[in-house]
Amino acid sequence: MRHILAVLVENNPGVLTRVAGLFSRRGYNIDSLTVGRTENPQISRMTIVVEGDDLVLEQVTKQLHKLIDVIKINDITSEEYVDRELVLIKVGADPSVRGEIMQIVDIFRARIVDIGRRTLIIECTGDEGKINAVIESLKPFGIKELVRTGKVAMLRGHKFTSINESREDD
Amino acid sequence: MKLSGAEIIVKSLQEEGVEAIFGYPGGAVLQIYDALYDSSLKHYLVRHEQGAAHAADGYARATGKPGVCIATSGPGATNLVTGIATAYMDSVPIIAFTGQVACDLLGKDSFQEADITGITLPITKHNYLVKDVKDLARTIKEAFHIATTGRPGPVLIDIPKDVSIKKTKFDYPAAVHLRGYKPTVEGNKGQINNAARLIGEAKRPVIYAGGGVVTSGASEELFRLAELTLSPVTTTLLGIGSFPETHPLSLGMLGMHGTKAANYAVSECDLLIAVGARFDDRVTGKIDEFAPHAKIIHIDVDPAEIGKNVRVDVPIVGDVKRVLAELNNKLQQHLPTDWQDRIARLKQENPLCYEENGSLKPQFIIEQIYEVTKGEATIVTEVGQNQMWAAQYYKFTKPRTFISSGGLGTMGYGLPAAIGAKVGRPDSVVIDIAGDGSIQMNIQELATAVHYNIPVIVAILNNNYLGMVRQWQEIFYDRRYSYTEITGPDFVKLAAAYGAVGIRVTKPEEVKPALKKAIKARRPVLIDFVVEREENVFPMVPPGGAIHKMLGG
Ligand SMILES: Cc1ncc(C[n+]2csc(CCOP(=O)(O)OP(=O)(O)O)c2C)c(N)n1
Ligand SMILES: [Mg+2]
Repeated sequence: MRHILAVLVENNPGVLTRVAGLFSRRGYNIDSLTVGRTENPQISRMTIVVEGDDLVLEQVTKQLHKLIDVIKINDITSEEYVDRELVLIKVGADPSVRGEIMQIVDIFRARIVDIGRRTLIIECTGDEGKINAVIESLKPFGIKELVRTGKVAMLRGHKFTSINESREDD
Repeated sequence: MKLSGAEIIVKSLQEEGVEAIFGYPGGAVLQIYDALYDSSLKHYLVRHEQGAAHAADGYARATGKPGVCIATSGPGATNLVTGIATAYMDSVPIIAFTGQVACDLLGKDSFQEADITGITLPITKHNYLVKDVKDLARTIKEAFHIATTGRPGPVLIDIPKDVSIKKTKFDYPAAVHLRGYKPTVEGNKGQINNAARLIGEAKRPVIYAGGGVVTSGASEELFRLAELTLSPVTTTLLGIGSFPETHPLSLGMLGMHGTKAANYAVSECDLLIAVGARFDDRVTGKIDEFAPHAKIIHIDVDPAEIGKNVRVDVPIVGDVKRVLAELNNKLQQHLPTDWQDRIARLKQENPLCYEENGSLKPQFIIEQIYEVTKGEATIVTEVGQNQMWAAQYYKFTKPRTFISSGGLGTMGYGLPAAIGAKVGRPDSVVIDIAGDGSIQMNIQELATAVHYNIPVIVAILNNNYLGMVRQWQEIFYDRRYSYTEITGPDFVKLAAAYGAVGIRVTKPEEVKPALKKAIKARRPVLIDFVVEREENVFPMVPPGGAIHKMLGG
């Protein structure tokens, strides 16, 4: 089963290496890992999507906790959460097919962010299902280049992944 | 007043109460060595940086205090690696300082640059590259805190040369603030109650004690647990000394070269109380057949160890000493049952044994060392058959008297670790039980021992083989002794060349006099025991086999 971990880490140099190294060393399968700063510049947040049964997840979580730079881990898989991913897709787009592509872009509420002579770059955000669907739909036109950010996720409503526990009751 | 980074290091080490440092200088640590020159810290110049790391490790294991080592950048730092990994695998608190090229040269393949924080990432509890001298004191404070608390382990601090030169105000912090590091000390009350209940219900309990008991200083609590519950106690290699092996409830070591009594008892028990142990494969053998009838209570300070290798019925995360004290309070004195008789019989029917045929047997030598030292010595080992015989045939009764590389199994560990142990415990007789192969991996440290007159005794069980490997070749590879016959130098002459005392022993009756002479010498002594060459370590659980199915013995 796939789990989504929201992980708060010290924004120290090398923290990404420590986390990534841990996963490869111990043979855990990462689907995706994203990292960026939070509202507190000293703290970064990772969203890690990891594949494994409960035992593996227990180990992943415990081993992550052993890293001094890891402050908090929240497995949000079984909770209500919002998750998003962003993709940029460069498709072949001769003038003859541009209309069709723009229709697809509309349907997915994606955006065209660059127009070349024979290509378009399409930006789309959404959950994984939507991203996969937009990619599938654009495949027939010839995908020249594709980049995805990996998933970011956040708990809905009054639950938080933050270092200040008391905020959960706000 | 402003101090240089180097002076800050010295001051910080003094603040931490450090007495001994093991190290080796070089370009990147010149400034630090300059600060050491007229400081009160005692620095021991080793002959190879690996020796410095092992000596710091031996010091830490013998005293319970963190060990400190230092090396220059590049090759100096990489030479520490085996020692750091050894300490990591056995949860030993050492602080390793390494010099680094100056900040503006980092990442440019500069002379003697090695990414030592990258290299040691998987073998340190934590490591630091200090790029600003203002961070240095705090970093050292954190390093000592991290190394010595929770599950201890090595911490490395990499210091670029310019950082050791630059000056700043010295202010040693009184406390550390690490929001991502808060080891659990107190055990969960509910789980401790559950454990007490399981213990109350158990008919055939066994205690399986590991290095965590030694680390947390919980021998007394362990002893009380055993006597309250009348549970026999088996230890891992690193748990040796946590429970007196002279006690009727002692089963000795378990696992691959454990006693039959221990392995049978674990296989028969209905409750296994694992204390500060981690279910290593050398202990469990075939995991599905390990303690197959038992419920398991697992007490450990590292939550990640619980449930890692076996399913556990009652997990208790916390400092072993605290948890055991709490648990003992909840227990009542058990009355003897058939189980204690069964244990006594298992021990009586399956003693450790070897064939006495008049030749010089390695097991006999260990027994003699035990007798001559009255079980009071600190025994350090190398790796191989020598290590296992030392573990089997010396009867340890006190924690921190058996010092051995368990997790990594590092040949060459023994002599430098013995030097560190002797520096830390100068009143104890310290004996490195060595193999002729292992001793050649760090033999150069004899020079260190002689230079500082650190009177360690090296007892080589010389079989002219990489004996443990040869044993496996004998048993599993049809006696094809592929590259395991090893010639050594004339160890007696070598000892003399280093300025140590060399003694050769070839007959059983020479063993005791040689040992007595060595202890009296108060100088480094090397004894070359020329032993029966193809002696094997038994009992033996074939790798991957169930531990109750043992060969030999
Ligand atoms: C650094 C290192 N290299 C290789 C090994 C593999 N190994 C384990 S035991 C052993 C033989 C040790 O020989 P010796 O020191 O003579 O001890 P003996 O088994 O003969 O007592 C070897 C090569 C090891 N443990 N460590
Ligand atoms: Mg040998």
